Amino acid sequence: MEQIIGKQSVEFENPAHIIAGASIVGKKEGEGPLGSLFDLVGDDYLFGEKTWELAEGALQREAAQIAIGKAKLESWQIRYVFSGDLLEQIIATSFGLENLQIPLFGIYGACSTVGEGLSLASMIVSGGFARYVLAIASSHFGSAEKQFRFPLGYANQRPLSTTYTVTGSGAFVLAKEGGKCKIAGITSGKVVDFGVEDSMNMGACMAPAAGDTIYQNFIDFNRSPQDYDKIITGDLGYVGQEILIKLLKDKGFDISQQHTDCGIEIYDRETQDTHSGGSGCGCAATTLSAYILPKIESGEWKKVLFVPTGALMSKISFNEGESVPGIAHGVVLEHC
Amino acid sequence: MDYIISFLVGGAICALIQILMEKTKLMPGRIMVILVCTGAILGAIGVFEPFAEFGKAGATVPLLGFGNLLWKGVKAAVDEAGFIGIFQGGFKASAVGISSALVFGYLSSLIFKPKMKK
Amino acid sequence: MDDLKKKRNKDYNDYVKQVTPTHSLPLNMCKAFLVGGIICIIGQAITNFCLNADMEKDVAGGWTSLILILCSVLLTGLNIYPSIAKFGGAGALVPITGFANSVAAPAIEYQKEGQVFGIGCKIFTIAGPVILYGIFSSWVLGLIYYILTKVGVF
Repeated sequence: MEQIIGKQSVEFENPAHIIAGASIVGKKEGEGPLGSLFDLVGDDYLFGEKTWELAEGALQREAAQIAIGKAKLESWQIRYVFSGDLLEQIIATSFGLENLQIPLFGIYGACSTVGEGLSLASMIVSGGFARYVLAIASSHFGSAEKQFRFPLGYANQRPLSTTYTVTGSGAFVLAKEGGKCKIAGITSGKVVDFGVEDSMNMGACMAPAAGDTIYQNFIDFNRSPQDYDKIITGDLGYVGQEILIKLLKDKGFDISQQHTDCGIEIYDRETQDTHSGGSGCGCAATTLSAYILPKIESGEWKKVLFVPTGALMSKISFNEGESVPGIAHGVVLEHC
Repeated sequence: MDYIISFLVGGAICALIQILMEKTKLMPGRIMVILVCTGAILGAIGVFEPFAEFGKAGATVPLLGFGNLLWKGVKAAVDEAGFIGIFQGGFKASAVGISSALVFGYLSSLIFKPKMKK
Repeated sequence: MDDLKKKRNKDYNDYVKQVTPTHSLPLNMCKAFLVGGIICIIGQAITNFCLNADMEKDVAGGWTSLILILCSVLLTGLNIYPSIAKFGGAGALVPITGFANSVAAPAIEYQKEGQVFGIGCKIFTIAGPVILYGIFSSWVLGLIYYILTKVGVF
């Protein structure tokens, strides 16, 4: 079977299975609509550590350990871990996962990291290069705000288009078989920049990338929106959702019936004051583990296109007047 | 009476800046800079003092007043000491504002820990 | 960047502007008015107290700044000032209390990075431009004033 299809996709002959997923979140996420679905909800944002950065590392470590436990494995059996976060030099990942002592591929895809991690991990497992691989991603409101925006105590009014960085980490164990959800294929994203310079409107920055990857997935696999039960983006939020649907309609695909977004699902916009929705690597990762994966494993959703999205700017690029480019990695998840 | 005037004048300045914040995508840091520089310029062209007489705290409490304060300090220093006054006057006049922000800000870091937003 | 891409980007950004929701401006203006006005009333009260205590106008002004700044720093540490700004927007940013908050917030946040490289380097992360451009613009104006005095205009 030809596995390399179209321009940007792979259809796996021996798909990897997700045999376990784990999610750990902070208080606000625990108070949201998915609250009861997460494996662990912390009530202290420091998670027993001294700084926000180490706390985020602890999130990754805990999520990894819960996932490994659910898979009935020991950490020495995991061959590789693919992980990333939003921080400079992905320090939450390096410091958080050190004690797992598993060979680490540190990756950066901004909020699309879990999609990038699952894509790479599935290629390794499907290709026969490892028996068990972990894919993790995390974000933390405190560490992200401090790095990208303002110190927490700074008093500012956020526009309605902003999103709220999720404090959370999602971890997934992939194996050759044994799960009820398989990664049947992937469509990998390119950097897409439509020149949006407004860092307070991430949805608008990333929607073109999501549109590009989803469109390419349809073309490469010769599919249309109805072939999927759900098409779920990472963190476009309410504003980005509207834009994405229009961008794809202009190209001849109407995904309004299938589309939802992790940023929209994770918070209650009426009561939690999160404006356009959730964001951060942890948003897609935790929502996948807690909300999406169980529905696929039960068979309620047979085929889902999971497309986490990332905004690839840094504080410096922004100050230097550059726009905010986006990227989106598509993962085809199927019930098995 | 002067309470009512301060309220109205101060409130009006804030409401106008709110328009700036919503209609443009100016970040707070830039807005503070605009306020300070505008205050200094208005002071220099002689418009701010009469405005402050009228508006009382409504004119001086906003950062516009801080800018004017800087200008007044430079002017007084130039009148007194000539050329060197241009370099002395700004910090002299704003000493209380800057020192207190620095000192209290630093002390607060010894007492308070960073907390998550509500 | 070629013209086709430029046009696509421009069209896209115009469209984004249309569909991006914004706060209700009149409502936010009222909230800013209210919060800013109240802070100015408090300032006025402090000034009046000082003047009644026979202080000079400038000294009274100094005390007013000092006390407002102290209050703002305390409210920042207690995690109350951010809520005031969420409600009042420019009403919390424009008064000198906004400046104080922008100094206290980094000081508190960056303490984990140490006294010198954390607090020391980063305390002026947000407020630095205010001081730089405030001093610089008053310097420019002062220079112009000086030249004009020399030339005989003043």
